[in-house]
Amino acid sequence: MNGRLLDRALLLHLGVIAGLIVLQYWLPAYHHGIVARVLVLASFALGYNILFGYTGLLSLGHALFFGAGVYGAGMVMREFGWPASAALVSGILSAALVSLVVGFLALRTVGVAFMIVTLMFAQTGYLTSLLFNRYTRGDEGFVIPQAARAIGPFDLSDSTTRYFAALLLFAICLLIKLALVRSSTGRVLVSIRENEERSRMLGYNIFRYKLLALVISGAFAGAAGAMYALLFGYVGATFVSIQYSIFPLLWVLLGGAGTVLGPLVGTLLMFYLVDLTSGIAAASLLAVGVVLVILILWFPKGVLGAVRERALPWLP
Amino acid sequence: MAAVLALTALGLSLVFGVMRVVNVAHGEFFMLGAVLAWWFANLVVGNPALGFLIALVGSPLVVGALALVADRLVLKRLDYNPEATIVATIGMLYILQQLALTFYGPDARPVVAPISFRVQFPWFGYSGYKLVVVAASAIVLLGVWVLLARTKIGLIMRATQYDRETAQAFGIRVDRVYAGVFALGAMLAAVAAVLIVPIQQAYYLMGQDPLLLSFIVVIVGGLGSLRGTVVAAIFIGMSDGIISVFFSPTLAKILATLLVAMVLVYRPQGLFGARDT
Amino acid sequence: MDQKTRKTAPAKGVGRRKVITGLAAVGGAAMGSRLLPGYVPYIQAQSSEPIKIGFQVHRTGIGAAYGNWYDRTTTAAAKVINDAGGINGRPLEIITEDDGTDPKRGAEVVEKFATLHKADIVYGTLFSNVVIGSAPRAGELKIPYFVVSEGHHVASGGLNRYTLQPGITDVKSQVAAMAPWVAANLGKKVTMIFPDFAFGHDHRDFFTEAMAGQGGEVIETIAVPPTESAFFRYFPKIPRETEVLYHVMVGPAVLTFVKEMGEFYGDTRPEIFGFIDSLEAVDLNSPGLEFLDGTYFWEGHRRYAGDNPTAFELNYREKVGVDMNGASVDNARDVATYSHMFGCWETLHIIKAGMEAAGYQGPADRAKLIEAVEAMTDIPESEAHPQGAKVFNGKTHQTFGHQNITKVANRRLDLVHRTSIEDGLYPDEVDYTTQPL
Repeated sequence: MNGRLLDRALLLHLGVIAGLIVLQYWLPAYHHGIVARVLVLASFALGYNILFGYTGLLSLGHALFFGAGVYGAGMVMREFGWPASAALVSGILSAALVSLVVGFLALRTVGVAFMIVTLMFAQTGYLTSLLFNRYTRGDEGFVIPQAARAIGPFDLSDSTTRYFAALLLFAICLLIKLALVRSSTGRVLVSIRENEERSRMLGYNIFRYKLLALVISGAFAGAAGAMYALLFGYVGATFVSIQYSIFPLLWVLLGGAGTVLGPLVGTLLMFYLVDLTSGIAAASLLAVGVVLVILILWFPKGVLGAVRERALPWLP
Repeated sequence: MAAVLALTALGLSLVFGVMRVVNVAHGEFFMLGAVLAWWFANLVVGNPALGFLIALVGSPLVVGALALVADRLVLKRLDYNPEATIVATIGMLYILQQLALTFYGPDARPVVAPISFRVQFPWFGYSGYKLVVVAASAIVLLGVWVLLARTKIGLIMRATQYDRETAQAFGIRVDRVYAGVFALGAMLAAVAAVLIVPIQQAYYLMGQDPLLLSFIVVIVGGLGSLRGTVVAAIFIGMSDGIISVFFSPTLAKILATLLVAMVLVYRPQGLFGARDT
Repeated sequence: MDQKTRKTAPAKGVGRRKVITGLAAVGGAAMGSRLLPGYVPYIQAQSSEPIKIGFQVHRTGIGAAYGNWYDRTTTAAAKVINDAGGINGRPLEIITEDDGTDPKRGAEVVEKFATLHKADIVYGTLFSNVVIGSAPRAGELKIPYFVVSEGHHVASGGLNRYTLQPGITDVKSQVAAMAPWVAANLGKKVTMIFPDFAFGHDHRDFFTEAMAGQGGEVIETIAVPPTESAFFRYFPKIPRETEVLYHVMVGPAVLTFVKEMGEFYGDTRPEIFGFIDSLEAVDLNSPGLEFLDGTYFWEGHRRYAGDNPTAFELNYREKVGVDMNGASVDNARDVATYSHMFGCWETLHIIKAGMEAAGYQGPADRAKLIEAVEAMTDIPESEAHPQGAKVFNGKTHQTFGHQNITKVANRRLDLVHRTSIEDGLYPDEVDYTTQPL
């Protein structure tokens, strides 16, 4: 941190969190539920953005980390009867561990090869969740009983508690990320994105920084995955499927890669887009496709990227 | 299987090799080829062989034209930036897939094979049509090889692949080469799809598997290496079968996928790729 | 209302448990309740307000072929019910949302029905993963969730009191009902080929168990990855002493499977028995299916009407728009998912009967609706139940019906055996009625 604790960027983010707290009392039931989901998924996207937006590494395998969180939490509850709080920790640690291993291997490659290697690892993870069908119930998945989904006195299946749990996760992720991107480490990550060779020549251990970014990113994804499993009670192979690698990319691109709040904006917009179009036959994924193409053609920097360029240059 | 795989992978490899972009929508071109084959084959009632032949010509042409349009409208504007292209082709993947669902429907539909006979081996039988597919694929592969190695077009392509700026300086219209290569790649996928459709069925989600397999083949064979791609396709087509004899099929897929990832990690140029391409 | 209050205050309900055995009786109870003083004006006051049914449909994704026909059957059943005066005099309104055959989206759709559309109930899901993904939300929101999935998830006890499957038999029962006939008529040494995912594993486990009970034996199990598109390399794994080849392959690759099986075996093959699931919506006249001639199939509801269909059956086909060969009336190549979609028709009628028995007025009566359905037992064959009579188990929330075994001859399916309901019964694995409402 650079010492200016109460600057406008920090105020903006605290304001967003405060706004979300107020929103919980004001939103109608349906949108209340949506925002809770969006907050968890946005935490996933926040993590993705650390790697993609700030470090410049495009991973197509983040479903693996999200899935590691989902299963890391779900399996210990199902097999060993762990309480929800321990399961949450287990989910985060599983994802961090998986991302460490994947990063150690995948970061030896760059560019397109990195995308494909991460894609392959995620595919391996997906198939593994099918292979151990006896424990995971594979594609069908399993339910975490409502009774088990409580941390202390807080019943996570209650809609208000769920909203606050999601918001808490989001707020923690957001603040960690804000601190990270404004720290010297964050600046090194950006310098790797801009010019890897130069950063190397300046004496930074590029591999170590990339690995750090990947593990943090993976841990965020795992936290989101574990939280999603706990809040909504379902664990299944779908969360490791390739779609869940593409979604965070989409959210981040839409909201603005390399902006701290972009993932939230992107996730929210995309969620409502899918929700509104799903009534029309075959339209929701079609909309996803069209949005992707339009974005990459005309708004490669996303919503907040454009805002930053035109109006608010200080936006982190 | 290996023969068709080689064709599909070749298209992907060509696009990657010359243009340096990964076409994630490649599998959807394959799917589109199959769906169009069904459509063409049903235009002609009564004579399956004739319908199939029309499909074999018509389907790649339509798919190629579509790829050309996609190249002009999207990829060219992105200046073939590799990462932007991946995102854009993911978008195309969804668009093509959902359009196929809307206009073609969710059912898997068969196309009658133009010829059918069965070759009986001592222990098991084998479909004659599959042997025809192998032969046809070999001819197409040979054609592509001749095109690349013996014609002026091939020379231009290779020049562009080798050094885009220099090629441009020598008056080669690089964007036209790119458009042509992109269309050719899509057409190869479509040809493969038409050939396979009498064995499998046309189905709107069929693009995923060939895409992953093609990726594997292209990577193992060396990105952009024609010879490597063919050898790898045959190798993988065979080994997939062999691995699955010893392991459960899902485990076999896991091992194969991991293996490919490892190849890419430790030999990014692929098994057959030269180090400096 | 929990168990205790219900016991101490039986007068509060309609006195269901004693009164009702069978649908006719259920209807009678509803009539009776309507005649009670005080009920009548209330019902009339509400009569214009439709009952909203949230229909969770697989319009996109892997389940789209099924979703299409589930949609058509549901529309037809709703029309029939509305033409006959609706439910408690109120019309049905079907609100459709696509779930993309995705469990996460499924849960969101349930939420949307409950909180945005203010639907009375949610209904119609087929794919097991979507059911399992959605059921927790339905339970939390306390909205009755009627699935038409044939999965064993409901009866296995993994879900909750608000999730019911009253319209279609589950896979465990289907498989158990097949085993005696297979063992007695086709052979005792079975090799199974199934997709390597949960649905296939259910087949493997339940059939292996059921076969053992019949003195038969599953000598080899071959799991095939769900997206497999070529099968020739699996056939050499089939032991040569195999007497019966049992296949269940949900997915679009089934034609390939059959064709390659034909190429592998030629004229000398074991007996072959399969579940129709993979051939739902597939025309038996499709090229490559010649090899199926003389093989046997499980069918939940017979695609080909046969020689003397019941009046109920004819009525059902007419209303849904399906001809005697199980294809769309206006397009003979547009084949229905006939063995499953009857579940939509029957489930909607169960919902009607349940709502009428419960004197259902609005979301406040959802718990009463659950209890009314739980109270059902014998369901006779009728216009509402053209597939045949059923027995509903209120404790496990699962219905049990007759199954058909048909043989392919001249590219049609002819009935060779119809199982009794008892063939498919198994001990309860759960008692949902002990859970709070």
